[in-house]
Amino acid sequence: MLDNKVFKNEEIAIFTLRSLYAKYGYKPFKMSKFEEYEFYIQNKDFLVSDRIIAFNDTNGKLLALKPDVTLSIIKNGEDINGYKQKVCYNENVYRVSENTHQFKEIMQTGVECIGEIGLYDIYEMILMAAETLKLLSEDFVLEISHLGLLSSLLENISDNATFKREAIKYISDKNSHDLSCLCDEYGVEQDLKNILLSFVSIYGERSLVLEKLDQIGNYISCEAVNTLKTLSCLLDNLSYSSKIVFDFSAVSDMNYYNGIVFKGYISGISQGVLTGGQYDNLLSKMGRDSGAIGFATYLDLLEDLPTEKSAYDVDVLLLCGDVTDNTLLVNTVNQIINSGKTVSVQNVDTGNIRYKELKSLKGGF
Amino acid sequence: MLNIALPKGRLGEKVYAMFEAAGYECPSIKENNRKLIFENTEKQVCYFWVKPSDVAIYVERGAADIGVAGKDILLEYSPDVYELLDLNLGKCRMAVAAPKEFDDDGEKTLKVATKFTNIAAKYYAGIGREIDIIKLNGSIEIAPILKLSDVIVDIVETGTTLKENNLEVKNTIVPISARLIANKASFKFKGSDIENIVNSIKTQVKNND
Repeated sequence: MLDNKVFKNEEIAIFTLRSLYAKYGYKPFKMSKFEEYEFYIQNKDFLVSDRIIAFNDTNGKLLALKPDVTLSIIKNGEDINGYKQKVCYNENVYRVSENTHQFKEIMQTGVECIGEIGLYDIYEMILMAAETLKLLSEDFVLEISHLGLLSSLLENISDNATFKREAIKYISDKNSHDLSCLCDEYGVEQDLKNILLSFVSIYGERSLVLEKLDQIGNYISCEAVNTLKTLSCLLDNLSYSSKIVFDFSAVSDMNYYNGIVFKGYISGISQGVLTGGQYDNLLSKMGRDSGAIGFATYLDLLEDLPTEKSAYDVDVLLLCGDVTDNTLLVNTVNQIINSGKTVSVQNVDTGNIRYKELKSLKGGF
Repeated sequence: MLNIALPKGRLGEKVYAMFEAAGYECPSIKENNRKLIFENTEKQVCYFWVKPSDVAIYVERGAADIGVAGKDILLEYSPDVYELLDLNLGKCRMAVAAPKEFDDDGEKTLKVATKFTNIAAKYYAGIGREIDIIKLNGSIEIAPILKLSDVIVDIVETGTTLKENNLEVKNTIVPISARLIANKASFKFKGSDIENIVNSIKTQVKNND
């Protein structure tokens, strides 16, 4: 177990999460810090931001500092019938912060499963997402949504792309008042309007949500409902099952994501720390036949978790002054370390180091 | 304990009255002093006054679990928060206004003075009109009078200021009112507390309609 007085939350997380993903056969995937700039331009809609740090390589080729990991993994994989590529990674990505509007290095860890995705693969991914959150904090919530539900309902309501885009935005904001106005503006029938509005208020405990979905009936995809039901049954067996909820406000870009999407929260951090889902559409856009599911955890956000701050920098401040007997100095340091204490050797006490004990070789240790 | 960010000023006082009527009173808030944070441990609420345009930041960053912000601020800054309720307070509209005699014939780039650059940019992009945005921080009405801009995009409540400066509303972009917003992570962990407040206030909003 790593000492949380020495290691930061995010550093401990890197090691523990890698062990977790290894249990399910996910192999570490190391990639280059750079990709060709053009690669991101071709797929810029998938990126959180289209602002990328670009620079010229020695041969004049335009390169970019990675703003995303998933794209690189997909690019490097190949479709082999019956095989699922299972990888995990821990990488820094470079994105513009929405708050400071400046580039920021973000430490990201995640897993991707690429191949023919079945229900077990979805379950395994959600299980790993929940285990990830549990390792970071006992007080967590993992919310799951199915984009197939929302898209089937919206298909039944209107073909208008603007209506669909606005409706998705309002559902993700849990904004029923503006969604209601939007329905009126587009002349949506009262029954359908009520169903769409109910989507905003359907969230929480899985069994209750499934009951409400049954009431909506034919307007939503049966396949999606069945997937959620089976998944929920499998998740029932987990000791922390109640922390995994359904919430259809968790929506991601439907151009790339499809099926199950999910988001994880930890008490004490003001935004989601984990995000993931099925992204078969992205693979298809990149000319691959496979499906894929994965998630990423933003470890930089763990800085917001409270940490135990030590009152001291070291246990012992050892002043050696003008002592010339280095053997004595080495032996003294070893003696302190072997007694389980930390030590900083300095010439004099300048006041920059907080210590429990002060020892001086000069004074006849 | 639920942290609640209220907008300073008249709107904030009306909003607090709604929370009070909903059973979440905090008597110390009415004391005449310079305190900014007020707590009622019995009701498990802690109110604080902040600049209206900052409420969304406090909520998005989790310093406040819920708060009340104008739709104008939410549209301009797009904070990542839940927008749970339209309080039907502080009603006004975001509008394009110009001197009465001004007619946009579309021949030249339209000069638009505004505090709300994102709202203006999105509105004109939506109608395919090329514009030059001039970001101002106050006294927007003066811009077309001094020929700094052709039009302004601003909040219009009664229209009196526009009228007094010989301006008129040319188009309404979007109606504005105060909205109750919540931090997304807080909603996951304090959901039932937040829902209780929202439901109590919702009854009052319906009664106000």
